[in-house]
Amino acid sequence: MTDDHVYLSLAEASPEPEGEGRWAYGTGFADPLLGVDTAVPPGLDGADLAAYCLMLGDDALVLSQRLIEWCTRAPELEEEVALANLGLDLLGQARQLLTRAGQADGSGRTEDDLAYWREEHEFRNVRLVEAPNGDFAYSIARLLLFSTVRGALYEALAGHADPVLAAVAARGVKELAYHREYATAWTLRLGDGTPYSAERMQAGLDAVWPLLEELLTAHPVELRVGVDPATLREPVLRSLAAVLAEAGLAVPDVPGLATVGGRAGRDGVHSEAMGLLLAELQVLARAHPGATW
Amino acid sequence: MVTAEVAERPGASPEEAFEAVIAAEQRIEPRDWMPDAYRATLVRQIAQHAHSEIIGMQPEGNWLTRAPSLRRKAILLAKAQDEAGHGLYLYAAAETLGVDRAELTEKLISGRQKYSSIFNYPTLTFADVGVIGWLVDGAAICNQVPLCRCSYGPYARAMVRICKEESFHQRQGYELLMTLMRGTEAQRRMVQDAVDRWWWPSLMMFGPSDAASPNTARSMAWRIKRHTNDELRQRFVDMTVPQAEHLGVTLPDPGMSWNEERGSWDFGEPDWSELNRVIQGQGPCNAQRVDRRRAAHEEGAWVREAATAYAEKRRAEAGASAGTDASTRTHAATATNAAAEPDAGTKTEQENGK
Repeated sequence: MTDDHVYLSLAEASPEPEGEGRWAYGTGFADPLLGVDTAVPPGLDGADLAAYCLMLGDDALVLSQRLIEWCTRAPELEEEVALANLGLDLLGQARQLLTRAGQADGSGRTEDDLAYWREEHEFRNVRLVEAPNGDFAYSIARLLLFSTVRGALYEALAGHADPVLAAVAARGVKELAYHREYATAWTLRLGDGTPYSAERMQAGLDAVWPLLEELLTAHPVELRVGVDPATLREPVLRSLAAVLAEAGLAVPDVPGLATVGGRAGRDGVHSEAMGLLLAELQVLARAHPGATW
Repeated sequence: MVTAEVAERPGASPEEAFEAVIAAEQRIEPRDWMPDAYRATLVRQIAQHAHSEIIGMQPEGNWLTRAPSLRRKAILLAKAQDEAGHGLYLYAAAETLGVDRAELTEKLISGRQKYSSIFNYPTLTFADVGVIGWLVDGAAICNQVPLCRCSYGPYARAMVRICKEESFHQRQGYELLMTLMRGTEAQRRMVQDAVDRWWWPSLMMFGPSDAASPNTARSMAWRIKRHTNDELRQRFVDMTVPQAEHLGVTLPDPGMSWNEERGSWDFGEPDWSELNRVIQGQGPCNAQRVDRRRAAHEEGAWVREAATAYAEKRRAEAGASAGTDASTRTHAATATNAAAEPDAGTKTEQENGK
């Protein structure tokens, strides 16, 4: 047997530096922000910066969890690959943003401390990202709204005073551009595909649209340390309207989802779906406190 | 073209040309003449392999939403994505033989084509993710590395890339297990329990013993297969025993001992009656795995139909207004959607080949 060596070389448990690039964050991922100065710049409030990073990081983490739920359930293999890809991008952003939050607030909490050991009311994501996946049309509609808003936000944040947030945003701009392209391509296919697909796409948009408002409404932390989402409203709505017009779909004329006593996701007041999502995400880590994985 | 000098020898019949290519260890390509049984054997094997990649996403996918750290979640998700990609290359390789992916998917979800029986076992703890990487991907690599020299070109080329990626998966799995073994008592118990459950099914991945494997001789003559099931199984055991020692786990085979004379490990006989039951559909997860795949396929039908309808409309428009600027952006989007246009290029190749 002459081709033993191929496998034998694989079986040697040697560290393989050339392999690092194959993985989303390498196999030895320790510091996602390597090479970026992690001191909070003077003039920025660490607590506010941390709160802002949590908002953006939680959005990315929770939507990534929803995208992951599509795995082995997608309508076609190409979509398996693409949806996993989008989930990986968002998971990567979440890891960087949560790590930054743990640095900026001085607590030294890691990405995993923040993802696995916070309670539901401590999560700061908008309700849009936690809503259950629904059908493919609903998931695409949600992705279209999220990627349009988040892409515009990252563009604005690429010049942020915090070099870490600026670096995450600069990288995220390219990723979100792809997410938006993917969501747009499917909105067009479903909207201008069969009469049945058009109906489902419209239903998905109608159902998800009330959740857009929260993403475009400023929280005080955003006004102090981030970008006022109100400045994104006009370009975002224009861009969405253009996509829907090309797809032959109507821009839903529906009011935003009400808050609870003035509070919503950014204040830690979520929907019923959030508790179940976190129960699943956190269950194993919490069953083994102190364990390393 | 690799086959040219042999195939174009004047006066050679197609059969002689085919045999000469095989004997010269060269590659058969889609347009070359090949015996029907060679084609059928390859279709069966490649399809089964593609199905295994896709069904194989399920047992590990079971832990994606619960992965206990964000790093492990990213690694597992990247692996699931790779497996979907492997399925795509393999279906594309099968398509060069004149079948299409939709047809093969139908055969999978109706139970007329098989996938590796290993995926009919459940993943019960997170350590299973590591053990699948170490043992199941390790066994798959043993089986697959020789396929990189398989006589059918498209399959051999797909396997080169797949083996490379599988080796990362295997190493990731082993690294996870090393981490767990350095962890808490509960984590170590979890690893041993997973090894106990996956060891025998992993040995069964090499197929029945040579005496009971009717297709081996012909596949070896055609250079589709290069080693017998028992040779590959032995190689896997010899490689795995020292890895198990290094890890600090016990392989659940009390009869295992070093055979000085053979320079190999003697090991016990897997329970072939269990394997036969799993193959016949009575495994712990057979129904669940196929049901999931069927549900995804059927629930996605309206999406695929929409993509096809959309692509047809754009083609009709392009035909009606040839030369005008029919939205290049939407065309680009359509072209990337293989759901709408399943491998137009490959299809042409098949037609030429027939």
